[in-house]
Amino acid sequence: MLRLEARPEPSRAMSMASPLIALAITVVIGTVLFVLLGKDPLRGLAVFFIEPVKSAYALTELAVKATPLLLIALGLAVCFRSNVWNIGAEGQFILGAIFASGVAMQATPSTGDWFFVPVLIGGVFGGMCWAGIVALLRDRFNANEILVSLMLVYVAEQVLNYLVYGPWKDPAGYNFPQTITFLKSTQVPKLFAGYRVNVGVVVAAVAVAAFWVLLFRTYAGFQLQVGGLAPAAARYAGFSSRKALWTALLLSGGMAGLAGGLEVAGPLGQLTPHVPAGYGFAAIIVAFVGRLHPVGIVLSAILMSMFYIGGELAQSRLGLPKSLTGVFQGLLLFSLLACDTLVHYRIRRKT
Amino acid sequence: MLRLALADISKQYPAVKANDRVSLRVAAGEIHAVLGENGAGKSTLMKIIYGAVRPDEGEIRWNGEPVEIASPAAARALGISMVYQHFSLFDTLTAAENVWLGLDRSLSLAAVTARIREVAGVYGLDVDPVRPVHTLSVGEKQRVEIVRALMTNPKLLILDEPTSVLTPQAVQTLFVTLRKLAAEGCSILYISHKLDEIRALCHHCTVLRAGKVTGVVDPAKESNASLSRLMIGAEPPPLQHRESRPGAVVLAVKGLTLAEEDPFGTALDGVSFDVRAGEIVGIAGVSGNGQQELMAAISGEDVRAPAGSIRLFAADISRQSPRTRRRAGLHFVPEERLGRGAVPTLSLAQNTLLTRTRAVGRGGWLRVGDVRSLAESLIRRFNVKAGGPGSAAKSLSGGNLQKFIVGREIDAEPKLLVVSQPTWGVDVGAAAQIRGELLALRDNGCAVLVVSEELDELFEISDRLLVIAQGRVSPSVPVAEASVAMIGEWMSGLWA
Repeated sequence: MLRLEARPEPSRAMSMASPLIALAITVVIGTVLFVLLGKDPLRGLAVFFIEPVKSAYALTELAVKATPLLLIALGLAVCFRSNVWNIGAEGQFILGAIFASGVAMQATPSTGDWFFVPVLIGGVFGGMCWAGIVALLRDRFNANEILVSLMLVYVAEQVLNYLVYGPWKDPAGYNFPQTITFLKSTQVPKLFAGYRVNVGVVVAAVAVAAFWVLLFRTYAGFQLQVGGLAPAAARYAGFSSRKALWTALLLSGGMAGLAGGLEVAGPLGQLTPHVPAGYGFAAIIVAFVGRLHPVGIVLSAILMSMFYIGGELAQSRLGLPKSLTGVFQGLLLFSLLACDTLVHYRIRRKT
Repeated sequence: MLRLALADISKQYPAVKANDRVSLRVAAGEIHAVLGENGAGKSTLMKIIYGAVRPDEGEIRWNGEPVEIASPAAARALGISMVYQHFSLFDTLTAAENVWLGLDRSLSLAAVTARIREVAGVYGLDVDPVRPVHTLSVGEKQRVEIVRALMTNPKLLILDEPTSVLTPQAVQTLFVTLRKLAAEGCSILYISHKLDEIRALCHHCTVLRAGKVTGVVDPAKESNASLSRLMIGAEPPPLQHRESRPGAVVLAVKGLTLAEEDPFGTALDGVSFDVRAGEIVGIAGVSGNGQQELMAAISGEDVRAPAGSIRLFAADISRQSPRTRRRAGLHFVPEERLGRGAVPTLSLAQNTLLTRTRAVGRGGWLRVGDVRSLAESLIRRFNVKAGGPGSAAKSLSGGNLQKFIVGREIDAEPKLLVVSQPTWGVDVGAAAQIRGELLALRDNGCAVLVVSEELDELFEISDRLLVIAQGRVSPSVPVAEASVAMIGEWMSGLWA
């Protein structure tokens, strides 16, 4: 028999290894899943783990999917480290997309190529506003931010639907619920001709560095984290918990909004009811699999976008539903939560 | 025949051998002390006897029969009861309901209430069973715990640090009860680190050090010094006392009245006192009489104090944040080390940033090298046993972390240092060092305010004493004119 024994102190090595073990477990369960579904498991795994990195085009598509996940997860990492549980990044993402679209629709054929900058700023502002509602309700009325942020996701979806089915519907769109296709001047510049990947990847890379500096090299980042780790110590030190709440929520809301803006001003080019693709929820998993560390989040965002692409490919190549993406994401998160037990405990053989 | 006999009990934890071939023999009707520092293995041993922890090796005999005590329920079935140091009572229930919870369901609440009155009467434990627990004083809560333990007619009663929350008078009352219990044949295991009490009360004493038994003695025939040698292997060096020369008033608290923040807190009622440069003022009192609320108001963690009620160098600080007060020279050491004085999971280096901002550069940039070197210098100067500046705060023992936190605040060269429970749960050597540092700080002209539940400590280091009771603070009395009996009376709120 095996038994768990508390470690004298948490294992650093296991803290690094745990996501890898979780990935291995996900692969094993995934294999079983493919066998049970009557599919060739090797082909199934190849669709998820090899196809998305096979060619230059596949790699750029990976980056397209990883960018919003990375941006949102960075903001969430700060939130979660501050003990502020923003579960509604999806809603902030939608509002970012809406605000960015609102700005983008102001463009005229004579506006210059710089116009994507105010479009993205609009996105950041939209996300901040939506997260600001959560901060305000928590601050003023002590409303639980988990519930408020989550429920605002559904409000955001309705706002989006109202706009694309109503005032913002493209008059020349054959009555499809979508806005006009935004003018070229509003588009985020592409990095290479022929590929969808754009400047958003560069923005994300800069954001990774900026968040690392914020968390580990600034007093403000330190104060945020103390508030999350030990609220009584923050009060003792005199760090304001209200400031931490607002900072964390506005920061993560802004990042989600930026991701939303980059989506509509990038690969999508218009606002449709299909803008919310679950990035805001997937980013929660990305943040935790990445150990709430900016560098770890880069790796987990890439992994998660492989699942997204793999799910789409599984649909076309294997005839499996796209929701397989969600199955793999869930498997990974649950395996990770289980493996994290080993950070604080070790397995011993019972004598 | 022995009531309880432990032979060669060992218990290995991942990092430490908590008990190493420990033997303990308790006769019927004997009051047996278990003496040792924090971390000496007393708690583990008691948990083994009470069935909460299983030993790795060794034998337990109960009335001569070898037994396996698998759970606290099994221990109670044998006739073993335990009173924990930290009470496990529900504040919203009455005393009787709390006792009833722990008994089997065949009894009615009325029967339990009657039985509580009966037990309380027999042993002189003044308990009103129908009062809600949150209205009880700490001493009364402890009596409820003891009554609960006595409901089942135990043959062995374990008391864990029972006097840490009692006034000197309440301690004497407790001793009367315990002697009566012992006279009726109940054995008592009395866990403590207070030497005077053990010498006054106990028939035998087993001394533990680092998990091993270092002596089994008759405490009445020992001196404090000889017991202390058994307990820590050496005697702490005597403190260097110099004549204090109080200067100008540094902290002036005047008419501080403050409603409680939570329903079970204590309201402060017209608190007034001052602390001068170059003196140590001690505040005595039984815990829960407003100490925490007073400390929070002075430190700035609670900024609801009325304007003008707290002044530092004549400047009104009653509404200022802890950071502003710190910049003005007020530093504070809270009673909880982990979670308040330090963030458990962060390194010692990072923990310096809670109150020290020397390493914070322009624009809030952290100079990581400076953060580390400050922690290194604190570790060296205050003799902190730690892996290094990168060690997590929670990896340190209580005493070493306390040395680090007290050191962090002393090193900031405060003009007023406020310390809550400076040596709570700290071993004798570290406690002596901390007291010495506080005296040295005073000699350098710093004003020091100390809140402690250990009267001995306050008498040892203070120049003047105050007593806090039910949210009110007594007039101050110079230590030379104070006696333990008088302060004990004041602790019940009875001053002229």
